Amino acid sequence: MKKGLSLRPNNKVSMIQIKNLHKSYKMGASSLHVLKGINFNIEEGELVAIMGSSGSGKSTLLNILGMLDIADEGDYILDNVPIKNLNETKAAKYRNKFLGFVFQSFNLINYKSALENVSLPLYYQGVKRKERQESALDYLDRVGLKDWATHLPSELSGGQKQRVAIARAMASKPKVLLADEPTGALDTTTSYEVMDLIQKINEEGKTILVVTHEPDIAQMCKRIVKLKDGVIIEDKKVKQVLASSYV
Amino acid sequence: MFNRDRWREIFETISKNKLRTFLSGFTVALGIFIFIILFGLGNGLKNTFQEFFLDDAGNAIFLYPGKTSKPYKGYKANRRIEFKNEDLKDIEENFSFFLEYLSPRIDRSASTSYKNESNSYSTRAISPGHQYVEKTILMKGRYINQSDINEKKKTAVIGRLVAKDLFKTESPIGKYINIGSTAFKVVGVFQDDGGDREERNIYIPFTTRQLIEKGNDKLNQIVMTYRKELGHAGAMAFETALKKYFKEKKSIDPTDPNGIYIANPADDLKQSQQFAIVLQYIVSFVGLGTLIAGIIGISNIMVFVVKERTKELGIRKALGATPKSVIQMILQESVFITTISGYVGLFFGVIVLENIGLKLEDYFIKNPYIDLGTSIAATITLIVFGGIAGYIPAKRASSIKPIVALRDE
Repeated sequence: MKKGLSLRPNNKVSMIQIKNLHKSYKMGASSLHVLKGINFNIEEGELVAIMGSSGSGKSTLLNILGMLDIADEGDYILDNVPIKNLNETKAAKYRNKFLGFVFQSFNLINYKSALENVSLPLYYQGVKRKERQESALDYLDRVGLKDWATHLPSELSGGQKQRVAIARAMASKPKVLLADEPTGALDTTTSYEVMDLIQKINEEGKTILVVTHEPDIAQMCKRIVKLKDGVIIEDKKVKQVLASSYV
Repeated sequence: MFNRDRWREIFETISKNKLRTFLSGFTVALGIFIFIILFGLGNGLKNTFQEFFLDDAGNAIFLYPGKTSKPYKGYKANRRIEFKNEDLKDIEENFSFFLEYLSPRIDRSASTSYKNESNSYSTRAISPGHQYVEKTILMKGRYINQSDINEKKKTAVIGRLVAKDLFKTESPIGKYINIGSTAFKVVGVFQDDGGDREERNIYIPFTTRQLIEKGNDKLNQIVMTYRKELGHAGAMAFETALKKYFKEKKSIDPTDPNGIYIANPADDLKQSQQFAIVLQYIVSFVGLGTLIAGIIGISNIMVFVVKERTKELGIRKALGATPKSVIQMILQESVFITTISGYVGLFFGVIVLENIGLKLEDYFIKNPYIDLGTSIAATITLIVFGGIAGYIPAKRASSIKPIVALRDE
């Protein structure tokens, strides 16, 4: 596997390598072939949008990348670690170590304050309570919500919730940030604010994948991968539109 | 288990989900509470029962003379058998292995008077051993003693109700009462759990009675207790040997069912003990039923709790919680809640039982109680089953893929 690294034309470090990925779901007697051989590489520091209409397989792809689901066939190498033979315990450890998730519906734990939500991944990393809280407060500060640390999710607006979720995803210092329709539940202005935050995190060097079906959101990334019927139909670098220009 | 961070996480979860905590805690507390109350009331019923049926010493044997119904060794049928003083000595000599206490009985009824009060009471002439056979409880003074017997003293021990009738508020000790035409000195007052009838008896030395009746040596009955450690089998052997001995001595046909009667409560005792055991079974059955109901209750709550938390568990897993840590969290939480609330239920149940005491005596429930072992065992059972009931859905929730759990709205 390390051979692939040296064969690369430039010096950039490959973060995600996907080869010939297949996935199908059993639907009673028949099976639905969702991913039909996906190949692509993502280098460190990229900001990639995965686009496609519903049913194109983009969410399935993201779930496999996020180790929330397992591919039937193909290789997945994350930061030079081959992801295979995953049991739940191993997957949980990899997720905790490598990945940060941002969901469309935020998925904050409703009885925990913003601070506690952000410190939860650190709890599962075994970080001590005091350090955990300091670190979580620091991340909340970075998304501009330090003053909201003690508030419950129900006391926050949609945009604030998503920023807490992003802070939570960042808290575990993941290699890759996976965002599944991060702006799907937000209005345009708030969407741009969230994208602005994502762009800033990317500028700091974090690799980010954003699944979206909104072209304007996709344009704010550096590269767009278009999926249709389980195959990649287009993979191009784009000129990034800065979200801050709209805000 | 002793990870402080994990406990903190659990306390946080518990304190921020008060309704859920209350529901599961309440189920367990109620289950244990009802179990303890029912079990305790059952025991109260048993107490009452034991008092009803076990008035005399449980190990007493009563020997009655009767009339023969068969001719034997030249004697005609229909002969009246009588006990004499020598029979007492014979029993003492021949059956010392079985014997604990021994006393004759000569029952008479006589008009008894003190000053202007008079009434008819049954007078029972006995020896000191009678106190133990009848389980007489002395309230004041003393019982008939051996020197009363030897010197044929005119002393009497009177029942509580006799004292009440004749002496009103006066202390009867040392006063003289007339039984028939003879004056007796009252030396003691007794009570008896056997009821009012027993407490209207007057005990006097049997030798005195025989002296009054022209110096004869006749006895009505012989009562005795056997040594308890012999058990039921020993008591039966004693009875058989006693019957055989007296039939031979009094020349009664060995096949004659009459002539001599032996009432051996060992048999009755066994029956009443069996009844008590049945009662115990009923009590246990009721208790077990309550416990099962409690277990089903806590199981339902646990299934509901885990179901409600599916999404939260999915989030935790996406953030890096391992299946093991998810199960551990749910179990530790549920065991913690059930332990605390089980103890609360236990505490209140015992308090209520303590307060009932004699208040329900009219409903045949006296001094309900539950022994500590049973109550703790019941609590632990509920905790264990609460744990198992939590483990199964927790296990399932932990193996659900986070993506499925997250989709669960």
